[in-house]
Amino acid sequence: MNKKITLPKNPSRREMMKTSAVIGGGFIFGFHVPLNAFANSSLQSEVNAWVVVNPDDSCVIRFARTEMGQGTLTGLAQLVAEELECDWNKVQIERVSPQENLARKNAWGQMLTVGSFGIRFSHDYVRRGGAAARIALLQAAANQFQVPVEQLTVKNGIITHMVSGRSISYGKVANDAAKLPPADLKSIVLKDPKNWSLIGKSVPRLDTKDKLDGSKIYAVDVTLPGMLNAIYIAAPVFGSKIQDFDASLAKTMPGVKDVFTINNEAYTVIADTWWRAKKASEKVKVSWDESLNGLRSSSTISAYLKEGLDSNRGIFEFRNEGDAKNAIHQSAKKIEAVYSAPFLAHATMEPMNCVALVTADRAEIWVPTQDPEGSQLAMSKTLGLPMDKCFVNRYDPGGGFGRRARVSDYVINAVDIARRMPGVPIKMLWTREEDMTHGQYRPITQAKLSAGLDSNNQLTGMHIRLSGQSIYAWRNPTANMDGFKDELQVQGLYGDPKSDQQLCYQTPNMLVEWAMRNTHVPVGTWRGVNVPQNSFYVEAFIDEVAKVAKKDPYEFRKSMTHHPKQLAILKLVAEKADWGNPLPKGVYRGIAQYMSYGTHTAGVVELSVNRSKVKIHRIVMAVDCGYVVNPSQVQAQIEGSVVYGLSAVLWGECTIQKGRILQTNFDNYRVLRLGEMPKVETYIQSTGDKVWGGVGEPTISVVAPAVINAISAATGKTIRDLPIKNHLVV
Amino acid sequence: MTRLIVNGKTVNISVEPDTPLLWVIREHIGLTGTKFGCGIAQCGACSVHINGSLMRSCIYTFSMLKDGDKITTIEGLSKDASHPVQKAWASVDVPQCGYCQSGQIMAASALLKNKSNPTDADIDSYMTNICRCGTYPRIREAIHQAVEIAKKSNKA
Repeated sequence: MNKKITLPKNPSRREMMKTSAVIGGGFIFGFHVPLNAFANSSLQSEVNAWVVVNPDDSCVIRFARTEMGQGTLTGLAQLVAEELECDWNKVQIERVSPQENLARKNAWGQMLTVGSFGIRFSHDYVRRGGAAARIALLQAAANQFQVPVEQLTVKNGIITHMVSGRSISYGKVANDAAKLPPADLKSIVLKDPKNWSLIGKSVPRLDTKDKLDGSKIYAVDVTLPGMLNAIYIAAPVFGSKIQDFDASLAKTMPGVKDVFTINNEAYTVIADTWWRAKKASEKVKVSWDESLNGLRSSSTISAYLKEGLDSNRGIFEFRNEGDAKNAIHQSAKKIEAVYSAPFLAHATMEPMNCVALVTADRAEIWVPTQDPEGSQLAMSKTLGLPMDKCFVNRYDPGGGFGRRARVSDYVINAVDIARRMPGVPIKMLWTREEDMTHGQYRPITQAKLSAGLDSNNQLTGMHIRLSGQSIYAWRNPTANMDGFKDELQVQGLYGDPKSDQQLCYQTPNMLVEWAMRNTHVPVGTWRGVNVPQNSFYVEAFIDEVAKVAKKDPYEFRKSMTHHPKQLAILKLVAEKADWGNPLPKGVYRGIAQYMSYGTHTAGVVELSVNRSKVKIHRIVMAVDCGYVVNPSQVQAQIEGSVVYGLSAVLWGECTIQKGRILQTNFDNYRVLRLGEMPKVETYIQSTGDKVWGGVGEPTISVVAPAVINAISAATGKTIRDLPIKNHLVV
Repeated sequence: MTRLIVNGKTVNISVEPDTPLLWVIREHIGLTGTKFGCGIAQCGACSVHINGSLMRSCIYTFSMLKDGDKITTIEGLSKDASHPVQKAWASVDVPQCGYCQSGQIMAASALLKNKSNPTDADIDSYMTNICRCGTYPRIREAIHQAVEIAKKSNKA
């Protein structure tokens, strides 16, 4: 690691945080007081929205997206610094607040960080921001030297006039540069990728140091003077209302300040410490009217979805090319299979939480969010305050995976609590049990896939019918869903050759349909959103078709894969995994490939099954995401996707009994641990060609089907209903 | 009132006996590097050392603590993150979101105290803390590297 690197300014840590230890009565209270605006030093020069230069030549790069572990902060800084030509060892990071973005008319663009957006949808404007700052700094130096700007060169933040040998650093001209009219962003010519020196390098992350000594402040760690702590308990059955409520005993418990219900659907206990609030919450006597959803269960939901597999009601025909049904009907061989994938919780390590301070005319929150502007909007709507009276202090989430995106349920809860105690900052923290049973679950779906083979074992047609819950419908409860074309639910099944989520296979007769079947369970964006379910269906089915065609699963895929980059990545994974070469006795391989978020992925899993016990030995992953900004972080995302994907395929399911989620904590919602981690090899292709694919989500799509296909190779049986724990020992 | 030595400093604490040490550390002592993850000793985000032994502080109640017990949290593991495990963690660039890493580092440092040169099998059985980001391969690599860093500093 390069020790010279100046670590980023964490707004919650340096000048934005004041820690004072007051010892009194044996207690020490730490106050972490974050400020709201940027560190305002009159010596700093804001060259433009993205770049601030300090007199000591350090460059502050402002960062609008959310860093939640995926490394996008470092990658985006590399993009800015590449064009800025500053000294990378003097780069610092500042996180933009939504109120700053609002006040400056969206100067930093979109802040929402979902769908592998970070670099995929910001690369162009952040590089232009860096380039515009460089242009201004060079012009300021040219003015000072009184020479034409064309005669200047710059490297590592030092501007040199070759003719005279004079040089000057960024810090010395930044003040003048800040006064110059900004360059026209659109006409800036960005560097040719072949001249990149920072993009493509595995520089160490900029946000590591304070994660090693406990000094990084997450929202859950925020402490404000006079702050109280709240626990939030919602109806166990979604959509239930409180029937009887008796808080008299809870109110007598030590430290308790108040106990009250919220919108008749939840209650809170507020106390001096969170632990006391939790203890007192156990003394609240509450009963719920569960008549609306209390009889729903996994089996009733499953039956409802199953109906959607054959129904003519509420069907969205997404693709209909040729005549798939007829082609399959007339084929020499027909294959049909039904699959299912369950609800899944995100289970971020940091449970949902938010600190809120509400008064009559303003509100402020301290929140871990993937969607700072959505949080601000949620405050505004809930409290009836104008947007510019709602202040969001954003904290890097302790895991996101889509849970903290576009749905600000926990923000709404926190301000709903805090509005009842005006002027008192209140930290609301959910228990793990609350977090697990009140998630925004990956939508439950089922799929029926049919295909035909001709006498030469060529695919004649394919019919994919999906049935399940819509994220859009859940998030828009008042919208009319009749005939709604929900293209998010058919992610990864697109036929458009320009799409960034194409189905890997082509056949003249293709029918893709979606039957919307909504349940009472909240659904949201889980890592990969709807791709991991759809990729499992398609890739498990392709193996089943290959089996009927008596073809090798890799060769069969290869013969039908149309996209040249996808084909290249499929071939690469097969080569690296020694596909076709003999394996030790009892070890079997499975293969899968997929395209999503602009990125091509393929994976091979090696495993053995002994007396129903599955052991995964090795996973080989190959990825082509176009340009690779930081290979080390791409590798980390691939490994992380394998961990998240394996947890899901082996054990992951949230089941419904009497209307509620049964899984409550990591003891009954098992996730992968270090000792269960197989060896993972990653191969990253950087083919560029103006493609900036995502890396946070795409690779998870091949994990489940590759495991299932390897199990099928080992046992002769395809597991069609996830997770594996319901079929074999894992 | 119980006298505890937290990261070398004496503090006198008086709370309800069933209060978990995790919340004593976070809410009464004001050290927030030790994290709440599950509350049932499953995830290990709350790992600390009590008298040198690794413990999940979310289930270790105040009543179980004795006068003079020495507690080390992530903040007290070393000065300036100079423990071999912390150095290795930086060198390998282990953390993603970072939330579980205090606990991972406390567990890894306890492992190395017990076994100065652990095998992969030792790491597998000892490192049971949950990381949802999936930093496991780098944790393994960093533990091996920490062994080398510790060897070098011992020689010096």
